[in-house]
Amino acid sequence: MSSKLWAFVVPIVSVIIALLISSIVIVLIGQNPIVAYTALFRGAFGSKLAIASVVIKSTPLILTGLAVGFGFRAGLFNIGAEGQMVMGAMIGTAFAINVAWMPAVFAIPLTMVVGMIAGAGYAAIAGFLKAKTGAHEVVTTIMLNWIAEYLSSYVVTVPMGVGFGTPKSPEIANSTKLPPLITVQATELTSGIIVAIIAAIVIYIILEKTTKGYELKGTGFNPYAAEYGGIKISQNIVLAMAISGALAGLAGTLEVMGVHHRFLGTLSGGKGFDGISIALIGQNHPIGIIFAALLMGSLRTGSNEMQFAGVPKHIILIVQAIIIFLVAADRIVRTMFIRKKKVKVS
Amino acid sequence: MRVLTAIWEIFTNPAFYKLTLTAATPFIFASLGGVYSEITGVVNIALEGIMLMGAFVSIVFTAITGNPWIGVLFAIFVGLGMAWLHAWASIKWRGNQIVSGTALILLAQGVTGFLMEPIFGRPGQTDIVGKIPELRIPLLMKNRFLAQSIGELSPMIYIAFGCVALAWFIIYKTKLGLRMRAVGENPEAADTLGVNVYMIRYFGVLMSGIMASLGGAFLSVGEVGNFRELMTGGRGFIALAAMILGNWNPVGAMWASLLFGFSEAFANQLQSSPMLHVASSTKPLFNMFPFIVTLIVIAGFIGKTRPPAADGVPYEK
Repeated sequence: MSSKLWAFVVPIVSVIIALLISSIVIVLIGQNPIVAYTALFRGAFGSKLAIASVVIKSTPLILTGLAVGFGFRAGLFNIGAEGQMVMGAMIGTAFAINVAWMPAVFAIPLTMVVGMIAGAGYAAIAGFLKAKTGAHEVVTTIMLNWIAEYLSSYVVTVPMGVGFGTPKSPEIANSTKLPPLITVQATELTSGIIVAIIAAIVIYIILEKTTKGYELKGTGFNPYAAEYGGIKISQNIVLAMAISGALAGLAGTLEVMGVHHRFLGTLSGGKGFDGISIALIGQNHPIGIIFAALLMGSLRTGSNEMQFAGVPKHIILIVQAIIIFLVAADRIVRTMFIRKKKVKVS
Repeated sequence: MRVLTAIWEIFTNPAFYKLTLTAATPFIFASLGGVYSEITGVVNIALEGIMLMGAFVSIVFTAITGNPWIGVLFAIFVGLGMAWLHAWASIKWRGNQIVSGTALILLAQGVTGFLMEPIFGRPGQTDIVGKIPELRIPLLMKNRFLAQSIGELSPMIYIAFGCVALAWFIIYKTKLGLRMRAVGENPEAADTLGVNVYMIRYFGVLMSGIMASLGGAFLSVGEVGNFRELMTGGRGFIALAAMILGNWNPVGAMWASLLFGFSEAFANQLQSSPMLHVASSTKPLFNMFPFIVTLIVIAGFIGKTRPPAADGVPYEK
């Protein structure tokens, strides 16, 4: 099989194996996997509202998937999309609260840019440390994730906090709210999905059609050869981290502008980490990532329904773990097919 | 001025040193795990996940058997199982070691969260099911300061320091240790000399599983006696930083772990200091402290330490 075909086969087979193994886990706790998966499917696609929620959930996932996937292509493992998303949302909100005087035509794109710069700047710290000292980005971005989490839970209660109960910021200015595409039973399907798809196309063009994209891929593929070919490695590391962080920051800002209309401390909720699974399932290709994000979005949306059927929704994490594991060791899946072929021949 | 007085009070309080040792112990165990694995050339970021699983499994079996030591024993078995998965993916199948580690972290988060309701009847956290009693050393009880700082400690703290000595001995004083280091530096050369690269790497990764699960078990049955979802809270990654700062040497990793334990205990004591009246909304700022220290330390020291040359590179015969 050609490598292009493998790019489809490995993730699809991994998803199937993951669902099969998870069904054994469901049997082990005394539940019926068919009932569970039916509930999962109904929860994701059973109604217009369900489908709208899938799209809403998938929007930030496309962007965090792009963030991680873009990093992978440049040879960086940005495990810090979580923190960058929080910073984008937090600083984007701080901006959006104060620009009521600005017409929406300017306010909407400017808020997005502010969120992207926040995410980019935060990720660039890890890029800079890697370029200057060689500190591995996995360790530094994890530390930055925790710092972002604690910082945001402070900011959302003290300097920005309003009201009682769940810590939250004031509502953002009306001119910065994203217009909804359609409204299904009081749930607004935000136009954020369009922004996310445009971002995927832009990343595709950067990676495949520009010299800079070629340089970044070269840095990821073989840094020594790239340096020999005259590419400035450390500059490219910082740049790649910044672009990756900008995408994650945009994910956070869009959550504020389109869904919550305010900053909440719990806003990221693992979406940054989901970006890793999504990038791997999508084989780090922007278009593949859109589909992988839709898959993950429907798993997440459907899992609520499954929880009502008596299966804890943590099963989705187990499904994700098995998929990532199999994509990491993709030779397992490849060997399965090669062995089968041999059996047929003999 | 009040801040200085508060800091002085913390440093002169013997309980602070006990807290430092307690906070450092999970880092010591897990960073030794990192050393065992990476010295043979396999990066293991799954430490965080193995710790979480160790914390959970030890509580489950403590609840079943009533004996926390049996809980620890089962935590080790499960830690070995998870480490074997990582070894299998990254040595046999030459998979991406960081991605496989990430998968195992997610697996641990998924499995522990998933089993909370079927086993304990509710998500979030378990009741107190029992912990390993502290070991009292009568000789130290005569002096008030020694009595309150190191007079009564969890026996697992002593085990942690014992493991440091054992790791140092294995890695630097035995034939096996020499082979481990050779495989991590230059697997081709080691292979040519008849060393079984795969076996040595399996050994390193499995040892890291034992160590990380002990670190996790300490968090639950060693320290608090119950399990909370995601209770490891990034400690596996801080342990990796301790390993780097300790220059992939067990003794160095121990000192780095003590530093990180110190910063965690210090941040905790400072925010609950009666001198300062820290509002609960400001406490998150103090919780950032250990992570900022770790970040600065990695940034400042990393150029001066050196990983094994073949660290993270799959070996193909």
